[in-house]
Amino acid sequence: MAKVTVDGIEVEVPNGVSVLQACEAAGKEIPRFCYHERLSVAGNCRMCLVEVEKAPKPIASCAYPVADGMKVFTDSPMVRNGRRGVMEFLLINHPLDCPICDQGGECDLQDQAMAFGGDASRYREEKRAVKDKYLGPLVKTIMNRCIQCTRCVRFATEVAGVPELGATNRGENMEIGTYVEKALTTELSGNLIDICPVGALTSRPYAYVTRPWELRKTDSVDVLDATGTNIRVDARAGEVLRILPRTNDDVNEEWMADRGRFAFDGLKRRRLDRPWVRKNGKLHPASWAEAFTAIAAGIKGRKIGAVAGELVDAEAAVALRDLMAALGSNHLECRTDGAAIDASRRDFYTFNTGIAGIEEADALLIIGSNPRLDSPVINARIRKRVATGGIPVGFIGPRGLNLTYAQDWLGEGGAVLNALIGGQHRFNEVLRAAKRPMLILGRGALARPDGASVLAAAWQVAAQNGMLQPDWHGFNLLHHFGGQVAPLDLGFTTGIPADIGAVWLLGAEPVGVPDGAFVIFQGHHGEAGAARADVILPGAAYTEKDATWVNTEGRVQRGRLAVYPPGEAREDWKILRAASEVLGVRLPYDSLAGVRARLAEANPVLAGPGFEPHGCTDTAGPAGDAGGVSEAAFLPPVANYWQADPISRASATMAECARTYLPQAAE
Amino acid sequence: MALSDKDRIFTNLYGMHDWRLPAARRRGHWDGTGALIAKGRDWIIEEVKNSGLRGRGGAGFPTGLKWSFMPKQPGDRPHYLIVNSDESEPGTCKDRDILRHDPHTLIEGCLIAGVAMGAHAGYIYVRGEYYNEQLVLQAAIDEAYAAGLLGPNACGSGWDFDLYVHRGAGAYICGEETALIESLEGKKGMPRLKPPFPAAVGLYGCPSTVNNVETIAVVPTILRRGGAWFAGFGRPKNSGTKIFCIQGHVNKPCNVEEEMSIPLRELIERHAGGVRGGWDNLLAVIPGGSSTPMIPKAVCDDVLMDFDALREHKTGLGTAGVIVMDKSTDLIKAIARLSTFYKHESCGQCTPCREGMGWVKRMMDRMVEGRAEVAEIDVLEQVTRQIEGHTICALADGGVWPVQGLIRHFRPMMEERIAAYKAGKAAPMALAAE
Repeated sequence: MAKVTVDGIEVEVPNGVSVLQACEAAGKEIPRFCYHERLSVAGNCRMCLVEVEKAPKPIASCAYPVADGMKVFTDSPMVRNGRRGVMEFLLINHPLDCPICDQGGECDLQDQAMAFGGDASRYREEKRAVKDKYLGPLVKTIMNRCIQCTRCVRFATEVAGVPELGATNRGENMEIGTYVEKALTTELSGNLIDICPVGALTSRPYAYVTRPWELRKTDSVDVLDATGTNIRVDARAGEVLRILPRTNDDVNEEWMADRGRFAFDGLKRRRLDRPWVRKNGKLHPASWAEAFTAIAAGIKGRKIGAVAGELVDAEAAVALRDLMAALGSNHLECRTDGAAIDASRRDFYTFNTGIAGIEEADALLIIGSNPRLDSPVINARIRKRVATGGIPVGFIGPRGLNLTYAQDWLGEGGAVLNALIGGQHRFNEVLRAAKRPMLILGRGALARPDGASVLAAAWQVAAQNGMLQPDWHGFNLLHHFGGQVAPLDLGFTTGIPADIGAVWLLGAEPVGVPDGAFVIFQGHHGEAGAARADVILPGAAYTEKDATWVNTEGRVQRGRLAVYPPGEAREDWKILRAASEVLGVRLPYDSLAGVRARLAEANPVLAGPGFEPHGCTDTAGPAGDAGGVSEAAFLPPVANYWQADPISRASATMAECARTYLPQAAE
Repeated sequence: MALSDKDRIFTNLYGMHDWRLPAARRRGHWDGTGALIAKGRDWIIEEVKNSGLRGRGGAGFPTGLKWSFMPKQPGDRPHYLIVNSDESEPGTCKDRDILRHDPHTLIEGCLIAGVAMGAHAGYIYVRGEYYNEQLVLQAAIDEAYAAGLLGPNACGSGWDFDLYVHRGAGAYICGEETALIESLEGKKGMPRLKPPFPAAVGLYGCPSTVNNVETIAVVPTILRRGGAWFAGFGRPKNSGTKIFCIQGHVNKPCNVEEEMSIPLRELIERHAGGVRGGWDNLLAVIPGGSSTPMIPKAVCDDVLMDFDALREHKTGLGTAGVIVMDKSTDLIKAIARLSTFYKHESCGQCTPCREGMGWVKRMMDRMVEGRAEVAEIDVLEQVTRQIEGHTICALADGGVWPVQGLIRHFRPMMEERIAAYKAGKAAPMALAAE
């Protein structure tokens, strides 16, 4: 520890931290542009200059290590002059277009110019003009505003792992760009908008939409992948206008994947906003009462089952389960992709190491998952671990994938898994040499005929290679969506028998529904389930309800209502509660608190927190024959990252991304 | 009292003799190098410290002290010697003559310096424009290898030493030691943050020391003749001999090796044939390469050419590139040209330098015409103060010092120019600094 005096305040900070961190520990705010906690230090904006006793010149506090006994002054004339000078330099070539700049109101340059700048410009020469760059359909550039802090360059290189951005030219002609103009190939590009301290990189879909102070901000959780990214939903007049990540070091740090950030315009398109009932083979608009009556008539005397989809919240799932139970049915399913998940124990289907736990791992085996597309944020965490520790990463799946870090490609199919079970594979040595080895099994790898065997085999690999320790659980299943774990927690795995007579689809595809069955579709976007339905009940999307979500770790998080569902659509548990009344099996709760109490009763883990770092003491594996893995290759599970769920398939922004990045998929 | 021929280190500065190895040996180079190395690392550093040698690249840091910063015991990372031969400072051309006429002094110095800092490899970073010089240097290195003076067991000393030549691509900033290291690693030449200093984390993350060509090249002679001999020249703390590059409005521009602390007037009159039109025709001198502030004739009359004397007059010895300007010079235009140069060469990393250099350059351009307000001279001065000392490297400091020197000594001239412009008169005819 080093004792540092900042403006007379004595603080003790660990050796090796920067002067800036010491100043923050003393409660002094140091202005900065280029410095960012999660990026390497560039030290080039010179805004964080402070005075250190006995130093002839002010020093850049972000880059200077503390020394014991150091005396720092953050508000001396030298410091004030330095800051004012830097501020003036930053502004001389910065356009005065704040009134039309999308960063306005949340701009570091604005704020710090107010706090530390002068009051007038002395610059009488012409300003510099810089040509705008094309960075793809998500990030808009107005390069005149760029202050060359290089945060974007460092983010792309260090966090996203795509060293495509850089600075060309020298001196005042220095420009940020991709050199050869092309769309950035990263699923984390939206974060560039967040880290840009000025309005040089802004959101293209959000351009000229609104002002930040006009937005109502609601904390919520992203469900468009299984990461459970903490988000803030910004809405105005009943419309979601923007989604931003919130900081949560255990989950997403402060990053967010592009699909979760930009697909929200799909919430306004192709919505189910009123009930529909099929009469004489055609769907007709109906009232809620007509729809419920039609359901009562349709399911009468039929064997009923329920299927939960991939974006289902825990409240809706428990209400659906209760409704089925009240109707005398125990036919529940949620594995619409056919993944052979064994839900008999929670650690068979969650990410037990935890996302933050990745940083403790010292060897990693990835089986049948492309984490870069399954969960870009988790992939960034893996990349961070590889970049700082150089841990070995074994990969079983398609050859030649760019995961943004070095991986040891072991093979593409089940043969490697079988060899690993035998203990004869070269990667066994790597795993055994590690103290904290972990594996990530992609949910996609279980959605094949031998899925149960793959699951059992992966568990066996974990058990045999030291991944299951009393204080370390290295077995991880990576799901694809934020609504996939809660139904598993609620036992939606009993299955739909082939002779089912009626099926309640809660946002699910009509997979395995026999011809002639009576189908109720409840959800927010239509697609195949609605097309097949006899009755359609309009539900709420994740931004439109107070709901509980469980991420791939099993972490229980609450999302909050940001806007009301459109038209006659309602929150899903309320629809189920209302239907139960008409069906004569009234569910015993009338309020959100009531449902949540029921939820905690149904599975106490859903009362939260759901995930805490844990070890594994019981190494008995899931059901399934570990020896039955076929030699077939693991296919890339997510073919089209940009349009993987009903919301993103309805999004124009995501369609534009698909056109840009997957020209063959968009024809 | 001028330096006598017997005390010259660079005995072939003018290329009157052959640069090749046999001729170099006849002039005394590579004489007993193995024996010098045998005296050991500590002895070498001690002797260099005793000589009072200060770095010849501009900053004047004591060389022996700098070498002693290298880790005493080599760890798992190799040590590197790097020779800065990216001589791009306007007004400086001393290293060039060493490279092309006396390369063996440098090569021998590299070997000794390598021993002193525990380095088995050295890199000489040669300015891109020095194409022919690099050819000579490479040929000389090849000769040294062939003669067993470099390579495994160099000079029979038991020390393995390899020397590589790397050519730059013509960026002034690559003469800054950490930018040079970046460039040598194949990256864009942008100065690094210090600390860590190169002696701890340098080339490829390994302990490295960057020295100027002249610094390295004088070391063998210092060791052969003794540190005390070298320390005998010049004033205390400013000892030794030094190559001065005298140019501009003198009758015979030249490079000359002279004793430190020689009076400027004597230097110019003895070696460069005097100022064009006589000493009284002198207007100002830039004493140490383009980044040092100019001094007016009144100061030039009796100033001594060494680090401390020039510092007293708020300028510096720098690289000892003496730029003499007589009364025909448009000083404002001369300095404006330098501002253009520094604006062009700024790497663009730090805000004050990136944004400020262009501002200074544009204001200077207007000052040349007089198209400005008198108050803007103060703005210009303040802007240079806002740039100075606020950046990662010293390019920004060197870039604004000339302007500060101009304002300090010739502000009336600038005001006059502004008044003339306002009166509708044409600016005085510019002659020299085209």
